[in-house]
Amino acid sequence: MTVGFTVPAFDLTDTEGGAHRLADRAGEPATVVVFTCNHCPYALAWHDRIAAVARDYAERGVEVLCINSNDASRYPADSPEAMRARVEAERWPMPYLHDPTQEVARGYDARTTPDVFVLDGELRLRYRGAPDADHDQPALQAAWLRGALDALLAGEDPDPAETTPVGCSIKWKAG
Amino acid sequence: MVEANPSICLLWWEGCPSTEAALAELRAALEERGIDPDVVEMREIATDDEADRERFVGSPTIRVAGHDLFPPGDTDPVGLSCRIYHLADGRVSPTPDPVLLREELDRRLK
Repeated sequence: MTVGFTVPAFDLTDTEGGAHRLADRAGEPATVVVFTCNHCPYALAWHDRIAAVARDYAERGVEVLCINSNDASRYPADSPEAMRARVEAERWPMPYLHDPTQEVARGYDARTTPDVFVLDGELRLRYRGAPDADHDQPALQAAWLRGALDALLAGEDPDPAETTPVGCSIKWKAG
Repeated sequence: MVEANPSICLLWWEGCPSTEAALAELRAALEERGIDPDVVEMREIATDDEADRERFVGSPTIRVAGHDLFPPGDTDPVGLSCRIYHLADGRVSPTPDPVLLREELDRRLK
């Protein structure tokens, strides 16, 4: 997945049964796609920072879409039921989508949880990587992600436009 | 009761990037205690079968004389994954809390 190119479309269902078509985000100021999961300590450590971004930027037309693509048959903590339970218990401010075929993760070449993709109104990739420089430093407040959104909303290019995603590997299905 | 020079083993899985940080912290803690940091045996867990056999609950796992430094619960799932630790302040972390790591080493190595 190359910065500047249009990302693959998807149509996924969230934990409440709601449909989310990426195409519906066309023309909106920005969209954030985050591949994440329930069982990875990196994803968990960064979660509150990503949720804070979802809350802080919602009024500016930004939507954060979290996607779980892990093979739930081998990692039951990532089952749709476990996803739903977590969204309810933690009162997520953003939808949590299930990617049962893993086609979306493959289309984005997602590598880790978390792996963050920031899209512009034309659904082109403008930032890809980690939320910030250190999962162990909550004070960083997802600075790379916020910086990318601030740049995009100001009509500028994010800098950096790409960082190395850090986290647990996506749990691909066998074969 | 542990043996006089207990084995110290770090079990790891390549799908988790925390091995290097965990090893560095473990080696530093051992060195602070006058123990040769090179005694750490690195053991890769590469397959589900190995994970089952070792009752591997995630990477990294540190064992002293065969005993997990942070014993998992009976219901913690075995498998190839990154292990979830909790820091002293309650936050989730992919590596043990450095202070708790030292406390557990002191307890196991005395």
